[in-house]
Amino acid sequence: MLQEFFQHFINGITLGGIYALVALGYTMVYGILKFINFAHGDVLMWGAYIGLFVYNAIRTTHAPGAFSVFAFFVAMVVAAIASAVMGMSIEKIAYKPLRKAPRLAPLLSAIGVSYILSNSAQLFFGTHSRKLEYPFDNSPIAMGSISITPHQILILAVSGITMFALMMFVNKTRLGKAMRATSLDQDAASLMGINVNNIISLTFAIGSALAAIGGMLVSLDFKVYATMGTMLGLKAFVAAVVGGIGNIPGAMLGGLLLGLLETFGVALLHIPLGFKDTVAFVVLIIILLVRPSGILGKNIREKV
Amino acid sequence: MSSLLKVEDLKVSYGAINALKGLSFEVEKGSVVSLIGANGAGKSTLLNAILSLVPYRGKIVFDGEDLNKKKTDDIMKKGISLVPEGRRVFADLTVEENLDMGAFTVKDSKLIKERKEEMFARFEILKARKDQKASTLSGGEQQMLAIARALMSGPKMLLLDEPGLGLAPLMVEVIFSIISDINKKNGVTILLVEQNARMALKASDNAFVMELGNIVLSGTGADLLKNDEVKKAYLGE
Repeated sequence: MLQEFFQHFINGITLGGIYALVALGYTMVYGILKFINFAHGDVLMWGAYIGLFVYNAIRTTHAPGAFSVFAFFVAMVVAAIASAVMGMSIEKIAYKPLRKAPRLAPLLSAIGVSYILSNSAQLFFGTHSRKLEYPFDNSPIAMGSISITPHQILILAVSGITMFALMMFVNKTRLGKAMRATSLDQDAASLMGINVNNIISLTFAIGSALAAIGGMLVSLDFKVYATMGTMLGLKAFVAAVVGGIGNIPGAMLGGLLLGLLETFGVALLHIPLGFKDTVAFVVLIIILLVRPSGILGKNIREKV
Repeated sequence: MSSLLKVEDLKVSYGAINALKGLSFEVEKGSVVSLIGANGAGKSTLLNAILSLVPYRGKIVFDGEDLNKKKTDDIMKKGISLVPEGRRVFADLTVEENLDMGAFTVKDSKLIKERKEEMFARFEILKARKDQKASTLSGGEQQMLAIARALMSGPKMLLLDEPGLGLAPLMVEVIFSIISDINKKNGVTILLVEQNARMALKASDNAFVMELGNIVLSGTGADLLKNDEVKKAYLGE
Protein backbone atom coordinates (compact mmCIF):
# COMPACT_ATOMS: atom_id res chain seq x y z
CA MET A 1 0.00 0.00 0.00
CA LEU A 2 2.69 2.43 1.03
CA GLN A 3 4.93 1.50 -1.89
CA GLU A 4 1.99 1.88 -4.19
CA PHE A 5 1.50 5.37 -2.73
CA PHE A 6 5.14 6.31 -3.38
CA GLN A 7 4.96 4.96 -6.90
CA HIS A 8 1.91 7.09 -7.68
CA PHE A 9 3.55 10.02 -5.97
CA ILE A 10 6.58 9.82 -8.26
CA ASN A 11 4.38 9.46 -11.31
CA GLY A 12 2.26 12.37 -10.11
CA ILE A 13 5.03 14.84 -9.48
CA THR A 14 6.73 14.11 -12.80
CA LEU A 15 3.48 14.81 -14.61
CA GLY A 16 2.98 17.80 -12.34
CA GLY A 17 6.47 19.11 -13.10
CA ILE A 18 5.50 19.39 -16.75
CA TYR A 19 2.21 21.10 -15.95
CA ALA A 20 4.08 23.51 -13.71
CA LEU A 21 6.59 24.45 -16.43
CA VAL A 22 3.80 25.22 -18.86
CA ALA A 23 1.57 26.89 -16.26
CA LEU A 24 4.33 29.41 -15.49
CA GLY A 25 3.97 30.92 -18.94
CA TYR A 26 0.26 31.51 -18.45
CA THR A 27 0.66 32.91 -15.00
CA MET A 28 3.57 35.25 -15.75
CA VAL A 29 1.82 36.77 -18.74
CA TYR A 30 -1.40 37.08 -16.80
CA GLY A 31 0.45 38.70 -13.92
CA ILE A 32 1.63 41.51 -16.14
CA LEU A 33 -1.02 41.92 -18.83
CA LYS A 34 -4.09 40.46 -17.07
CA PHE A 35 -4.69 38.41 -20.16
CA ILE A 36 -4.69 34.67 -20.93
CA ASN A 37 -2.33 33.81 -23.75
CA PHE A 38 -4.31 31.01 -25.37
CA ALA A 39 -1.60 30.51 -27.96
CA HIS A 40 0.80 29.33 -25.26
CA GLY A 41 0.11 25.62 -25.85
CA ASP A 42 0.80 26.06 -29.56
CA VAL A 43 4.10 27.78 -28.89
CA LEU A 44 4.90 24.69 -26.83
CA MET A 45 4.06 22.48 -29.83
CA TRP A 46 6.27 24.51 -32.15
CA GLY A 47 9.03 24.33 -29.60
CA ALA A 48 8.68 20.55 -29.53
CA TYR A 49 8.85 20.33 -33.32
CA ILE A 50 11.92 22.56 -33.46
CA GLY A 51 13.51 20.50 -30.71
CA LEU A 52 12.67 17.28 -32.54
CA PHE A 53 14.25 18.43 -35.79
CA VAL A 54 17.39 19.75 -34.15
CA TYR A 55 17.69 16.59 -32.05
CA ASN A 56 17.37 14.30 -35.07
CA ALA A 57 19.76 16.43 -37.11
CA ILE A 58 22.50 16.23 -34.48
CA ARG A 59 21.90 12.71 -33.41
CA THR A 60 21.46 11.11 -36.87
CA THR A 61 22.04 7.40 -36.40
CA HIS A 62 23.44 7.38 -32.91
CA ALA A 63 22.06 4.89 -30.49
CA PRO A 64 20.90 5.95 -27.02
CA GLY A 65 23.84 7.09 -24.94
CA ALA A 66 25.91 10.03 -23.90
CA PHE A 67 26.00 11.62 -27.34
CA SER A 68 22.23 11.39 -27.69
CA VAL A 69 21.74 12.95 -24.29
CA PHE A 70 24.04 15.78 -25.35
CA ALA A 71 22.06 16.17 -28.59
CA PHE A 72 18.84 16.24 -26.60
CA PHE A 73 20.04 19.09 -24.38
CA VAL A 74 21.38 21.07 -27.33
CA ALA A 75 18.02 20.63 -29.03
CA MET A 76 16.26 21.73 -25.87
CA VAL A 77 18.30 24.93 -25.68
CA VAL A 78 17.72 25.70 -29.35
CA ALA A 79 13.99 24.99 -28.98
CA ALA A 80 13.81 27.23 -25.91
CA ILE A 81 15.54 30.12 -27.68
CA ALA A 82 13.45 29.72 -30.84
CA SER A 83 10.23 29.61 -28.82
CA ALA A 84 11.30 32.66 -26.83
CA VAL A 85 11.72 34.59 -30.08
CA MET A 86 8.40 33.24 -31.28
CA GLY A 87 6.61 34.25 -28.09
CA MET A 88 8.06 37.77 -28.20
CA SER A 89 7.12 38.17 -31.87
CA ILE A 90 3.57 37.00 -31.24
CA GLU A 91 3.23 39.55 -28.49
CA LYS A 92 4.54 42.37 -30.68
CA ILE A 93 2.38 41.46 -33.67
CA ALA A 94 -0.86 40.18 -32.19
CA TYR A 95 -1.20 41.55 -28.65
CA LYS A 96 0.68 44.81 -28.32
CA PRO A 97 -1.46 46.76 -30.80
CA LEU A 98 -4.49 45.70 -28.75
CA ARG A 99 -3.14 46.66 -25.36
CA LYS A 100 -5.53 49.56 -24.93
CA ALA A 101 -8.45 47.76 -26.59
CA PRO A 102 -11.27 46.14 -24.57
CA ARG A 103 -10.04 43.05 -22.80
CA LEU A 104 -11.90 40.65 -25.08
CA ALA A 105 -9.92 41.77 -28.15
CA PRO A 106 -6.46 40.43 -27.22
CA LEU A 107 -8.12 37.24 -25.98
CA LEU A 108 -9.72 36.66 -29.37
CA SER A 109 -6.46 37.56 -31.03
CA ALA A 110 -4.73 34.90 -28.92
CA ILE A 111 -7.26 32.28 -29.99
CA GLY A 112 -6.62 33.30 -33.60
CA VAL A 113 -2.87 32.97 -33.15
CA SER A 114 -3.44 29.57 -31.60
CA TYR A 115 -5.28 28.36 -34.72
CA ILE A 116 -2.70 29.86 -37.05
CA LEU A 117 0.12 28.10 -35.22
CA SER A 118 -1.52 24.69 -35.03
CA ASN A 119 -2.86 24.76 -38.60
CA SER A 120 0.43 25.92 -40.04
CA ALA A 121 2.15 23.11 -38.17
CA GLN A 122 -0.26 20.64 -39.77
CA LEU A 123 0.43 22.20 -43.15
CA PHE A 124 4.20 22.08 -42.81
CA PHE A 125 4.73 18.92 -40.80
CA GLY A 126 1.66 16.83 -41.63
CA THR A 127 -0.99 15.44 -39.35
CA HIS A 128 0.87 12.31 -38.31
CA SER A 129 2.66 12.20 -35.00
CA ARG A 130 6.41 11.82 -34.79
CA LYS A 131 8.35 10.01 -32.18
CA LEU A 132 11.04 11.74 -30.21
CA GLU A 133 13.38 8.83 -29.43
CA TYR A 134 14.64 8.49 -25.90
CA PRO A 135 18.24 9.67 -25.75
CA PHE A 136 18.89 7.00 -23.15
CA ASP A 137 17.74 3.51 -22.33
CA ASN A 138 14.46 4.13 -20.58
CA SER A 139 14.05 0.87 -18.73
CA PRO A 140 12.80 1.51 -15.19
CA ILE A 141 15.30 1.60 -12.39
CA ALA A 142 14.13 -0.31 -9.34
CA MET A 143 14.53 1.48 -6.03
CA GLY A 144 13.44 -1.06 -3.50
CA SER A 145 9.91 -1.95 -4.41
CA ILE A 146 9.18 1.17 -6.40
CA SER A 147 10.58 2.01 -9.78
CA ILE A 148 11.46 5.20 -11.57
CA THR A 149 12.32 5.64 -15.23
CA PRO A 150 15.31 7.69 -16.40
CA HIS A 151 12.77 9.84 -18.24
CA GLN A 152 11.07 10.64 -14.96
CA ILE A 153 14.43 11.53 -13.42
CA LEU A 154 15.09 13.80 -16.40
CA ILE A 155 11.74 15.55 -15.97
CA LEU A 156 12.25 16.03 -12.25
CA ALA A 157 15.78 17.33 -12.71
CA VAL A 158 15.08 19.68 -15.60
CA SER A 159 11.82 21.08 -14.24
CA GLY A 160 13.32 21.39 -10.75
CA ILE A 161 16.40 23.22 -11.96
CA THR A 162 14.53 25.57 -14.31
CA MET A 163 11.96 26.46 -11.67
CA PHE A 164 14.67 27.09 -9.10
CA ALA A 165 16.50 29.29 -11.59
CA LEU A 166 13.30 31.17 -12.33
CA MET A 167 12.66 31.80 -8.64
CA MET A 168 16.19 33.09 -8.21
CA PHE A 169 15.80 35.33 -11.23
CA VAL A 170 12.50 36.76 -10.10
CA ASN A 171 13.47 37.29 -6.48
CA LYS A 172 17.12 38.19 -6.61
CA THR A 173 17.93 40.00 -9.83
CA ARG A 174 17.25 43.59 -10.78
CA LEU A 175 15.26 42.59 -13.85
CA GLY A 176 13.32 39.95 -11.97
CA LYS A 177 12.31 42.46 -9.31
CA ALA A 178 11.35 44.88 -12.07
CA MET A 179 9.17 42.16 -13.52
CA ARG A 180 7.38 41.73 -10.21
CA ALA A 181 7.06 45.48 -9.80
CA THR A 182 5.58 45.77 -13.29
CA SER A 183 3.02 43.10 -12.55
CA LEU A 184 2.02 44.93 -9.36
CA ASP A 185 1.67 48.41 -10.86
CA GLN A 186 2.64 49.20 -14.44
CA ASP A 187 2.33 52.97 -14.13
CA ALA A 188 4.41 53.10 -10.98
CA ALA A 189 6.96 50.80 -12.63
CA SER A 190 7.36 53.16 -15.56
CA LEU A 191 7.85 55.97 -13.03
CA MET A 192 10.89 54.05 -11.82
CA GLY A 193 12.31 54.22 -15.33
CA ILE A 194 11.44 50.59 -16.00
CA ASN A 195 10.69 50.07 -19.68
CA VAL A 196 7.41 48.20 -19.38
CA ASN A 197 7.47 47.02 -23.01
CA ASN A 198 10.82 45.35 -22.52
CA ILE A 199 9.57 43.65 -19.38
CA ILE A 200 6.54 42.35 -21.25
CA SER A 201 8.78 40.97 -24.02
CA LEU A 202 11.00 39.33 -21.44
CA THR A 203 7.97 37.75 -19.79
CA PHE A 204 6.82 36.24 -23.07
CA ALA A 205 10.34 35.05 -23.82
CA ILE A 206 10.74 33.26 -20.50
CA GLY A 207 7.25 31.76 -20.56
CA SER A 208 7.68 30.47 -24.11
CA ALA A 209 11.12 29.02 -23.39
CA LEU A 210 9.72 27.13 -20.40
CA ALA A 211 6.88 25.85 -22.58
CA ALA A 212 9.33 24.54 -25.17
CA ILE A 213 11.29 22.74 -22.46
CA GLY A 214 8.06 21.25 -21.14
CA GLY A 215 7.04 20.29 -24.67
CA MET A 216 10.26 18.42 -25.32
CA LEU A 217 10.10 16.59 -22.01
CA VAL A 218 6.55 15.46 -22.59
CA SER A 219 7.18 14.46 -26.24
CA LEU A 220 9.46 11.63 -25.18
CA ASP A 221 6.36 9.84 -23.91
CA PHE A 222 3.58 11.28 -26.01
CA LYS A 223 5.13 12.06 -29.40
CA VAL A 224 5.07 15.33 -31.32
CA TYR A 225 1.97 16.36 -33.27
CA ALA A 226 0.28 19.58 -34.28
CA THR A 227 -2.42 19.57 -31.60
CA MET A 228 -0.26 18.29 -28.77
CA GLY A 229 -0.35 21.70 -27.09
CA THR A 230 -4.11 21.98 -26.88
CA MET A 231 -4.97 19.65 -24.01
CA LEU A 232 -1.62 20.12 -22.28
CA GLY A 233 -2.01 23.89 -22.53
CA LEU A 234 -5.53 23.76 -21.20
CA LYS A 235 -4.52 21.65 -18.22
CA ALA A 236 -1.55 23.86 -17.47
CA PHE A 237 -3.93 26.79 -17.57
CA VAL A 238 -6.11 24.99 -15.04
CA ALA A 239 -2.99 24.45 -12.91
CA ALA A 240 -2.23 28.17 -13.07
CA VAL A 241 -5.76 29.04 -11.99
CA VAL A 242 -5.73 26.45 -9.21
CA GLY A 243 -2.48 27.87 -7.83
CA GLY A 244 -3.70 31.43 -8.20
CA ILE A 245 -3.25 33.00 -11.60
CA GLY A 246 -0.58 35.68 -11.71
CA ASN A 247 1.31 34.03 -8.87
CA ILE A 248 4.56 32.28 -9.82
CA PRO A 249 4.91 29.89 -6.85
CA GLY A 250 1.18 29.31 -7.29
CA ALA A 251 1.68 28.00 -10.81
CA MET A 252 4.36 25.61 -9.58
CA LEU A 253 2.16 24.41 -6.74
CA GLY A 254 -0.92 24.18 -8.98
CA GLY A 255 1.00 22.15 -11.56
CA LEU A 256 2.35 19.67 -9.04
CA LEU A 257 -1.02 19.38 -7.36
CA LEU A 258 -2.82 18.75 -10.61
CA GLY A 259 -0.30 16.07 -11.62
CA LEU A 260 -0.76 14.34 -8.27
CA LEU A 261 -4.55 14.59 -8.35
CA GLU A 262 -4.72 13.12 -11.84
CA THR A 263 -2.44 10.24 -10.98
CA PHE A 264 -4.08 9.45 -7.68
CA GLY A 265 -7.53 9.97 -9.17
CA VAL A 266 -6.94 7.30 -11.74
CA ALA A 267 -5.17 4.96 -9.33
CA LEU A 268 -7.15 5.26 -6.12
CA LEU A 269 -10.58 6.45 -7.15
CA HIS A 270 -10.52 4.08 -10.11
CA ILE A 271 -11.46 6.80 -12.57
CA PRO A 272 -11.42 5.09 -15.97
CA LEU A 273 -8.30 6.07 -17.89
CA GLY A 274 -10.40 7.66 -20.62
CA PHE A 275 -11.80 10.08 -18.07
CA LYS A 276 -8.39 11.04 -16.74
CA ASP A 277 -8.55 14.44 -18.39
CA THR A 278 -11.77 15.30 -16.63
CA VAL A 279 -9.98 15.36 -13.27
CA ALA A 280 -8.32 18.66 -14.13
CA PHE A 281 -11.58 20.29 -15.07
CA VAL A 282 -13.45 18.98 -12.06
CA VAL A 283 -10.65 20.45 -9.94
CA LEU A 284 -11.02 23.73 -11.84
CA ILE A 285 -14.76 23.88 -11.15
CA ILE A 286 -14.26 23.11 -7.46
CA ILE A 287 -11.55 25.76 -7.10
CA LEU A 288 -13.64 28.36 -8.89
CA LEU A 289 -16.52 27.62 -6.55
CA VAL A 290 -14.56 27.40 -3.32
CA ARG A 291 -11.62 29.72 -3.80
CA PRO A 292 -11.84 31.62 -7.08
CA SER A 293 -8.56 33.43 -6.50
CA GLY A 294 -6.69 30.11 -6.33
CA ILE A 295 -4.66 28.56 -3.55
CA LEU A 296 -1.95 31.22 -3.31
CA GLY A 297 -3.86 33.97 -5.07
CA LYS A 298 -4.96 37.02 -3.17
CA ASN A 299 -8.43 38.39 -2.96
CA ILE A 300 -7.78 41.73 -4.52
CA ARG A 301 -9.95 44.39 -3.07
CA GLU A 302 -10.23 47.60 -4.97
CA LYS A 303 -9.02 50.46 -2.82
CA VAL A 304 -10.96 53.67 -3.10
CA MET B 1 18.73 81.96 -10.20
CA SER B 2 17.95 80.09 -13.35
CA SER B 3 14.84 78.11 -14.05
CA LEU B 4 15.07 74.34 -13.96
CA LEU B 5 11.63 73.65 -15.37
CA LYS B 6 9.84 75.80 -17.87
CA VAL B 7 6.30 75.07 -18.98
CA GLU B 8 4.87 77.01 -21.92
CA ASP B 9 1.29 77.05 -23.16
CA LEU B 10 0.61 73.53 -21.92
CA LYS B 11 -2.64 71.99 -23.10
CA VAL B 12 -4.02 68.58 -22.24
CA SER B 13 -7.44 67.30 -23.16
CA TYR B 14 -9.24 64.10 -22.31
CA GLY B 15 -11.62 63.73 -25.24
CA ALA B 16 -13.80 66.80 -25.28
CA ILE B 17 -12.70 67.93 -21.84
CA ASN B 18 -9.85 70.38 -21.65
CA ALA B 19 -8.00 69.57 -18.46
CA LEU B 20 -5.21 72.10 -19.02
CA LYS B 21 -5.97 75.15 -21.10
CA GLY B 22 -2.59 76.53 -22.02
CA LEU B 23 -0.73 77.28 -18.83
CA SER B 24 2.77 78.60 -18.44
CA PHE B 25 5.06 78.81 -15.44
CA GLU B 26 8.64 78.34 -14.37
CA VAL B 27 10.27 76.61 -11.45
CA GLU B 28 13.56 78.01 -10.24
CA LYS B 29 16.44 75.75 -9.43
CA GLY B 30 16.59 74.90 -5.76
CA SER B 31 13.17 76.25 -4.90
CA VAL B 32 10.04 74.70 -3.45
CA VAL B 33 7.01 75.44 -5.59
CA SER B 34 3.49 74.36 -4.90
CA LEU B 35 0.40 74.16 -7.01
CA ILE B 36 -2.80 74.50 -5.08
CA GLY B 37 -6.34 74.25 -6.27
CA ALA B 38 -9.54 72.32 -5.88
CA ASN B 39 -10.35 68.88 -7.21
CA GLY B 40 -10.42 68.87 -10.98
CA ALA B 41 -8.24 71.95 -11.36
CA GLY B 42 -5.78 69.89 -13.38
CA LYS B 43 -2.96 69.62 -10.86
CA SER B 44 -2.29 65.91 -11.24
CA THR B 45 -2.68 66.17 -14.99
CA LEU B 46 0.09 68.74 -15.01
CA LEU B 47 2.50 66.46 -13.14
CA ASN B 48 1.57 63.53 -15.38
CA ALA B 49 2.21 65.66 -18.46
CA ILE B 50 5.69 66.59 -17.24
CA LEU B 51 6.50 62.89 -17.16
CA SER B 52 4.78 62.21 -20.50
CA LEU B 53 2.23 59.98 -18.84
CA VAL B 54 -0.49 61.87 -20.73
CA PRO B 55 -0.16 63.32 -24.24
CA TYR B 56 0.00 67.11 -24.36
CA ARG B 57 0.50 70.11 -26.63
CA GLY B 58 2.84 72.91 -25.69
CA LYS B 59 6.36 72.93 -24.45
CA ILE B 60 7.99 71.53 -21.34
CA VAL B 61 11.68 72.28 -20.95
CA PHE B 62 13.70 70.68 -18.18
CA ASP B 63 17.29 71.67 -17.51
CA GLY B 64 17.51 73.21 -20.99
CA GLU B 65 16.06 70.19 -22.78
CA ASP B 66 12.69 69.89 -24.48
CA LEU B 67 10.81 66.93 -22.99
CA ASN B 68 8.17 66.67 -25.68
CA LYS B 69 7.85 63.18 -27.22
CA LYS B 70 10.35 61.76 -24.73
CA LYS B 71 9.40 58.57 -22.96
CA THR B 72 8.70 58.45 -19.25
CA ASP B 73 11.80 56.44 -18.44
CA ASP B 74 14.02 58.80 -20.44
CA ILE B 75 12.59 61.82 -18.65
CA MET B 76 13.23 60.08 -15.38
CA LYS B 77 16.82 59.46 -16.33
CA LYS B 78 17.21 63.19 -16.96
CA GLY B 79 16.54 63.78 -13.28
CA ILE B 80 12.83 64.08 -12.57
CA SER B 81 11.17 61.79 -10.07
CA LEU B 82 7.50 61.66 -9.23
CA VAL B 83 5.98 60.59 -5.95
CA PRO B 84 2.56 59.63 -7.29
CA GLU B 85 -0.78 60.33 -5.72
CA GLY B 86 -1.80 57.55 -3.38
CA ARG B 87 1.88 56.60 -2.92
CA ARG B 88 1.75 53.58 -5.25
CA VAL B 89 4.44 51.63 -3.45
CA PHE B 90 4.87 48.07 -4.75
CA ALA B 91 2.73 46.32 -2.18
CA ASP B 92 4.15 42.82 -2.55
CA LEU B 93 7.77 43.90 -2.68
CA THR B 94 9.77 44.46 0.47
CA VAL B 95 10.77 47.94 1.57
CA GLU B 96 14.31 47.33 0.36
CA GLU B 97 13.13 45.97 -2.99
CA ASN B 98 10.99 49.07 -3.41
CA LEU B 99 14.11 51.18 -2.95
CA ASP B 100 15.96 49.00 -5.46
CA MET B 101 13.22 49.71 -7.96
CA GLY B 102 13.60 53.42 -7.36
CA ALA B 103 17.23 53.02 -8.40
CA PHE B 104 16.37 51.01 -11.49
CA THR B 105 17.98 53.54 -13.81
CA VAL B 106 21.17 53.64 -11.72
CA LYS B 107 23.72 51.15 -13.02
CA ASP B 108 26.43 51.68 -10.39
CA SER B 109 25.73 49.17 -7.63
CA LYS B 110 28.02 50.97 -5.20
CA LEU B 111 26.06 54.16 -5.67
CA ILE B 112 22.80 52.29 -5.12
CA LYS B 113 24.15 50.91 -1.87
CA GLU B 114 25.27 54.35 -0.75
CA ARG B 115 21.92 55.91 -1.52
CA LYS B 116 20.11 53.09 0.24
CA GLU B 117 22.21 53.72 3.36
CA GLU B 118 21.41 57.40 3.04
CA MET B 119 17.68 56.64 2.89
CA PHE B 120 17.90 54.28 5.85
CA ALA B 121 19.70 56.98 7.81
CA ARG B 122 17.09 59.56 6.91
CA PHE B 123 14.11 57.26 7.43
CA GLU B 124 14.99 55.04 10.34
CA ILE B 125 11.60 53.39 10.35
CA LEU B 126 12.26 52.10 6.83
CA LYS B 127 15.50 50.55 7.98
CA ALA B 128 13.68 48.75 10.77
CA ARG B 129 11.15 47.47 8.29
CA LYS B 130 13.41 46.84 5.32
CA ASP B 131 12.51 43.18 4.90
CA GLN B 132 8.80 43.70 5.39
CA LYS B 133 6.40 43.91 2.50
CA ALA B 134 5.42 47.46 1.69
CA SER B 135 1.76 46.57 2.16
CA THR B 136 2.37 46.08 5.88
CA LEU B 137 3.45 49.69 6.39
CA SER B 138 1.17 52.41 7.71
CA GLY B 139 0.05 55.20 5.40
CA GLY B 140 2.69 57.60 6.66
CA GLU B 141 5.44 55.00 6.38
CA GLN B 142 4.31 54.19 2.86
CA GLN B 143 4.54 57.88 2.00
CA MET B 144 8.08 57.96 3.38
CA LEU B 145 8.89 54.89 1.32
CA ALA B 146 7.42 56.49 -1.79
CA ILE B 147 9.57 59.58 -1.22
CA ALA B 148 12.69 57.54 -0.48
CA ARG B 149 12.04 55.41 -3.55
CA ALA B 150 11.77 58.52 -5.71
CA LEU B 151 15.05 59.85 -4.28
CA MET B 152 16.92 56.65 -5.11
CA SER B 153 17.37 57.75 -8.71
CA GLY B 154 19.16 60.87 -7.50
CA PRO B 155 16.75 63.39 -9.04
CA LYS B 156 17.41 67.09 -9.57
CA MET B 157 13.72 67.70 -9.22
CA LEU B 158 11.12 65.90 -7.18
CA LEU B 159 7.44 66.08 -8.08
CA LEU B 160 5.02 65.20 -5.32
CA ASP B 161 1.35 64.58 -5.96
CA GLU B 162 -0.74 65.11 -2.83
CA PRO B 163 1.88 63.92 -0.34
CA GLY B 164 -0.46 64.62 2.55
CA LEU B 165 -3.45 62.77 1.17
CA GLY B 166 -5.12 60.43 3.62
CA LEU B 167 -2.59 60.99 6.39
CA ALA B 168 -3.19 62.09 9.96
CA PRO B 169 -2.46 65.82 10.53
CA LEU B 170 0.63 65.06 12.59
CA MET B 171 1.97 62.79 9.88
CA VAL B 172 1.29 65.47 7.27
CA GLU B 173 3.58 67.78 9.23
CA VAL B 174 6.26 65.11 9.42
CA ILE B 175 6.07 64.56 5.67
CA PHE B 176 6.31 68.28 4.94
CA SER B 177 9.31 68.69 7.18
CA ILE B 178 10.94 65.80 5.31
CA ILE B 179 10.18 67.54 2.02
CA SER B 180 11.76 70.83 3.06
CA ASP B 181 14.70 68.91 4.49
CA ILE B 182 15.26 67.23 1.11
CA ASN B 183 15.18 70.65 -0.50
CA LYS B 184 17.55 72.31 1.95
CA LYS B 185 20.03 69.53 2.61
CA ASN B 186 20.15 67.88 -0.79
CA GLY B 187 19.32 70.89 -2.93
CA VAL B 188 16.56 69.04 -4.74
CA THR B 189 14.05 71.31 -6.46
CA ILE B 190 10.51 70.52 -5.37
CA LEU B 191 7.25 70.89 -7.24
CA LEU B 192 4.31 69.76 -5.22
CA VAL B 193 0.61 69.57 -5.71
CA GLU B 194 -1.49 69.73 -2.60
CA GLN B 195 -5.04 70.23 -1.45
CA ASN B 196 -3.86 71.12 2.00
CA ALA B 197 -3.15 74.67 0.89
CA ARG B 198 -1.98 76.07 4.21
CA MET B 199 0.63 73.37 4.65
CA ALA B 200 1.80 73.70 1.06
CA LEU B 201 2.02 77.50 1.08
CA LYS B 202 3.96 77.58 4.33
CA ALA B 203 6.53 75.19 2.89
CA SER B 204 6.87 76.94 -0.47
CA ASP B 205 9.03 79.68 -1.92
CA ASN B 206 6.59 80.19 -4.76
CA ALA B 207 3.09 79.00 -5.42
CA PHE B 208 0.49 78.91 -8.15
CA VAL B 209 -3.23 78.68 -7.73
CA MET B 210 -4.95 76.59 -10.36
CA GLU B 211 -8.59 76.72 -11.33
CA LEU B 212 -10.18 74.67 -14.09
CA GLY B 213 -7.03 74.15 -16.10
CA ASN B 214 -5.53 77.62 -15.74
CA ILE B 215 -3.18 79.37 -13.37
CA VAL B 216 -5.22 82.16 -11.88
CA LEU B 217 -2.86 83.48 -9.26
CA SER B 218 0.80 83.29 -8.44
CA GLY B 219 3.21 84.66 -5.89
CA THR B 220 5.46 83.69 -3.04
CA GLY B 221 4.06 81.24 -0.54
CA ALA B 222 3.97 83.92 2.14
CA ASP B 223 2.12 86.39 -0.11
CA LEU B 224 -0.52 83.89 -1.07
CA LEU B 225 -1.09 82.96 2.55
CA LYS B 226 -2.11 86.60 3.11
CA ASN B 227 -4.13 86.91 -0.09
CA ASP B 228 -7.83 87.43 0.55
CA GLU B 229 -9.05 85.31 -2.32
CA VAL B 230 -6.81 82.43 -1.32
CA LYS B 231 -7.86 82.78 2.29
CA LYS B 232 -11.51 82.58 1.36
CA ALA B 233 -11.32 79.80 -1.19
CA TYR B 234 -8.58 77.54 0.11
CA LEU B 235 -7.78 78.35 3.71
CA GLY B 236 -11.34 78.52 5.01
CA GLU B 237 -10.90 81.88 6.66
